[in-house]
Amino acid sequence: MVIVAGVLALQGDIEEHVQALDRALRELGVDYRIVLVKKVDQLSKIDLITIPGGESTTIGFVSRRTGILDKLKERIENGLPTLGTCAGMVMMAKEVRDAVVGETSQPLLGVMDISVIRNVFGRQRESFEVDLKIPVLGNQPFRAVFIRAPAAVRCWNDAQPLATLRHERYGDLIVMVRQRNMLACAFHPELVLDTRVHRYFICEVAGLVQR
Amino acid sequence: MSIVDSVEYLEKLKDFFYRLLELNDRLREAGLPRLGPRPLPELPIVVDLSHPETGTIRVKIGFPAMVKHGVIMDVTNEEQAKIAEEAGAVGVMVLDKLPYDVRKAGGVARMADVKAIMRVMESITIPVSAKCRIGHYMEARILETIGVDLIDESEVLTPVDDQHHINKWEFKVPFVNGARDLGEALRRISEGASMIRTKGEAGTGNVAEAVRHMKIINREIRILMSHVDDEEFIRETARKYQVPPELVWLTARLGRLPVVNFAAGGIATPADAALMMWLGADGVFVGSGIFKSEDPQTRAQAIVLATSYWDDPETVVEAQKMVSESKAMMGIDIRKLKPEELMQLRGV
Repeated sequence: MVIVAGVLALQGDIEEHVQALDRALRELGVDYRIVLVKKVDQLSKIDLITIPGGESTTIGFVSRRTGILDKLKERIENGLPTLGTCAGMVMMAKEVRDAVVGETSQPLLGVMDISVIRNVFGRQRESFEVDLKIPVLGNQPFRAVFIRAPAAVRCWNDAQPLATLRHERYGDLIVMVRQRNMLACAFHPELVLDTRVHRYFICEVAGLVQR
Repeated sequence: MSIVDSVEYLEKLKDFFYRLLELNDRLREAGLPRLGPRPLPELPIVVDLSHPETGTIRVKIGFPAMVKHGVIMDVTNEEQAKIAEEAGAVGVMVLDKLPYDVRKAGGVARMADVKAIMRVMESITIPVSAKCRIGHYMEARILETIGVDLIDESEVLTPVDDQHHINKWEFKVPFVNGARDLGEALRRISEGASMIRTKGEAGTGNVAEAVRHMKIINREIRILMSHVDDEEFIRETARKYQVPPELVWLTARLGRLPVVNFAAGGIATPADAALMMWLGADGVFVGSGIFKSEDPQTRAQAIVLATSYWDDPETVVEAQKMVSESKAMMGIDIRKLKPEELMQLRGV
């Protein structure tokens, strides 16, 4: 079987996502193909999708305009394995607000039972990298890069937090969360060469490869 | 290859400049007379976490990666900023006057009003950029301190130093610089720029110069790629460009600029934006093109759509149909500009 991995290619660090998938799938030693997803008819031909980092308002605006937003939502609800990073996490959340501006009326996929605050750590100068403990990836910490990052303050139903960061104002912020076929990260695993998050997604969340 | 592969070398380059600064400090402490200004203390940045590292190379070149395939729009106030955000812009650039008006007004063009920039930052959720004059360290420090997400050291404003650009390694906030060719782009990267854009000819509504600059950079990268194993050629090119040979070699291996590269200067229509994406731009800046037109709302949306779907002719047609040529900004014929009116010749 050839795994067809899609990257939602509307806006953001699309090339970095393609490369990260390429590294991870090569390491797993499976046959695969990576496609840039821009059109509705491509959604039925992929086995998994990743939603890049970028500006969630832009991805929302463009995807609604071209009609891919609703179709992708449907596909994810019907079980398409989905990894969203940063803006991808925002797109997947059911509840979103901004740390400065408050309520936003941006178009969302709204598929995950999480409540997300955008720009929760501040502006670009407050962007940071940190060694993050992610128990499901083993003892070795993961170098997590947070860029104007969001984070979840709450999750419900079967959404499971996989990593948290302690924040003075907000308490424990959820920066990695899984719910059934969906995985969301507030940081950018595609910006480091460590492929553990992607391999976890492909093997455990998508169940496409036996480890 | 992508910019992720640049991190290791750019970190080395940054370390080199930091070691120079440290040496300077040690010599001062030893009582040796040192001429010239000393760097200001680092901006204290508080992130409420244990052991976060801010202002790293990954964070600085990672930010521009997040705005790829998007449009950053010039705005002069928060009303325009909100229009830009609602239209799907990935960021705004706050100016006192749009480049077209800078050209018409003449005189000295400086950094925008700090209060105006702060008002925009409080009213929208997307990143806010602002321009400082070439070589103006203090304008850049002010922009960094108030929390601007990206600083454009821009030829649109009147340069204060015709010899040197700002040492951008000293800042935690990423910088974007204009370039007309690969040498200029790599010089700016070696000074610490985290993002490059074509200079084009700002405020003209004429995309011709941006096309020329993008093609020159592409051609020069192709030449480098064909000499990737030619040590003499790499060294000669480095000498010509006045940059470290390692940076030239990195570019040859990557087959692209080591940082994100946007198109800027004269983009006025969805088709212009799609053209620049087709030529290999990672995204576009639109200056006067939107708010000097008579249909800014729909034009902004159309340019966003065309930038994202530049490789799908049907969507580009749909985007182009959203705007009317009679409402586009008038534009200026670049051949009618006197040499001293060309902004692209500033800061090479």
